[in-house]
Amino acid sequence: MSARPLSRGLLSATPSKHLCSIAPRVAALHSTPVNLNQPPLKNDQSSSEPVTHFGFQTVKESLKATRVAEVFSSVASSYDTMNDVMSFGIHRLWKDHFVRSLNPGRRPGGRPMSILDVAGGTGDIAFRMLDHSEKVSGDRETTVLCADINANMLREGEKRAIQNGYDPNRISFRVENAETLESIPDSSIDLYTISFGIRNVTRIPMALKSAHRVLKPGGVFACLEFSKVSSAPLDAIYQQYSFSVIPLMGQLVAGDRDSYQYLVESIKRFPSQLEFARMIRDAGLVNVGKGYEELTFGVASIWKGVKPLE
Amino acid sequence: MGSLVRSAIGRTGILRGFPRIVSASQFAPFTSPSRPPPNYEGHVPLTIPERGLLAMGSAVMSLLNPRRGDLIAALGEATATPYFIYRLRDVMLSSPTGRKILKDRPRINSATMSMERLRSLPDGTVGREYAAWLDKEGVSPDTRSQVRYIDDPECAYVMQRYRECHDFYHALTGLPIVVEGEIALKAFEFANTLIPMTGLSMFAVARLKPEERRRALTTYFPWAIRNGLQAKEVINIYWEEELETDVKELRKRIGLEKPPE
Repeated sequence: MSARPLSRGLLSATPSKHLCSIAPRVAALHSTPVNLNQPPLKNDQSSSEPVTHFGFQTVKESLKATRVAEVFSSVASSYDTMNDVMSFGIHRLWKDHFVRSLNPGRRPGGRPMSILDVAGGTGDIAFRMLDHSEKVSGDRETTVLCADINANMLREGEKRAIQNGYDPNRISFRVENAETLESIPDSSIDLYTISFGIRNVTRIPMALKSAHRVLKPGGVFACLEFSKVSSAPLDAIYQQYSFSVIPLMGQLVAGDRDSYQYLVESIKRFPSQLEFARMIRDAGLVNVGKGYEELTFGVASIWKGVKPLE
Repeated sequence: MGSLVRSAIGRTGILRGFPRIVSASQFAPFTSPSRPPPNYEGHVPLTIPERGLLAMGSAVMSLLNPRRGDLIAALGEATATPYFIYRLRDVMLSSPTGRKILKDRPRINSATMSMERLRSLPDGTVGREYAAWLDKEGVSPDTRSQVRYIDDPECAYVMQRYRECHDFYHALTGLPIVVEGEIALKAFEFANTLIPMTGLSMFAVARLKPEERRRALTTYFPWAIRNGLQAKEVINIYWEEELETDVKELRKRIGLEKPPE
């Protein structure tokens, strides 16, 4: 039994040139540039516990999730203020474009969508999805499940859902680890989104594999994340800004320099656009076009992948 | 008045020759993506523009929201160099008790200052007054943030010591708990330690109600500045050894007048 390939519907709505035909196209293998921000050795020889990176620090893998959770418990309440301060409000434009280009909602003659927004604690993307599907397609049945590893962020999201009067049948919030997505059944999701969350995941390939598992064949994986600025002079300014101004703003606005130092380090650590597109391919998803779309000179990018039909 | 001016000039050390106006950073010039390693735990080396931004940002934000103690602390650290924190460290080095404090590096927190023991001391002792002050304010000795933005570890300790002793200065001066008393204490500290943040804090009088401001300017400030200038350097008091001293006797030793009404 084959569902109508939703991928075609989702992607044909984009104004982008990177339209995909129904038959998945095997993207040409790019030779990926050497990533200077390699994570440290996967196995620490002195102890049997594998290590990973937390910003520029090296920590045991088992501890990273806890440390990330601590960062976000600390930033939960001032999250939006800080996002506005750090990006001069541009993060709103990025998120609006992200949702618009995915065009969530029932297609004419089609069924409502089941959307999973991972690491979406405060509901930024989820609310935009609901608004878009209602306004553009008159669809009040598309549902969004908002999953996050951090309960504080989810609580903030639930608060906002109530404050803004969203129908609880359409949006739900659940604690989930992006690496496993334990409670989500296989092949049940039409659209998987993760916005500014995947760089915080301890083992990104596992998160991509989980995305592949929960997506229906033809379902779309979409990731909005910070990426590498390609132009060297712009990048120099950007790095200066990141490492000077952002932790300072964290201190002044949120009273927490360290969490924002972690954030900018984790941005620098994240793989390049091509590298991450390759990781998406390795998880069994098919890249859309060259795999990514840059925003604001490469400060952020949108990666999209499609789960192939059987 | 003349003696006050003389004390002020003597305090700054202008005529003695500036005691080492060391460059703002002991590091070679660096950029924020590649900071040098920290000198002590929690240390964040800042570039000069970062220091300036931190100073201005924390000054504005703490004036708008005086509850942000962490920003007032950051302002103190950002404006302490060049010169002022080095001067204060040299003040400590030129006194026997100051040198002892720098050698021992005692810390004031709830582990080192047992509140029960302090409360059990006789009334009128330094320790008892200190405990009474903390209880009235509802704070513990643990509320002070760690120094992060001063590069030299010894000067970082001097700043930390100043911060942790602040509540003792309340007990010593007898300035009241009200907000105008708090600002007057800052005036006293400025006259006595020359830490720039204490001087900048005096601008907080602008936030006071007219009645409070009048009291501050006519009653508390003159007392605070006069006494701050003529008294001995309070940074050199080894509080841990003065807990059982009578407050009045300590005031006489330091050269403080009776507290204002």
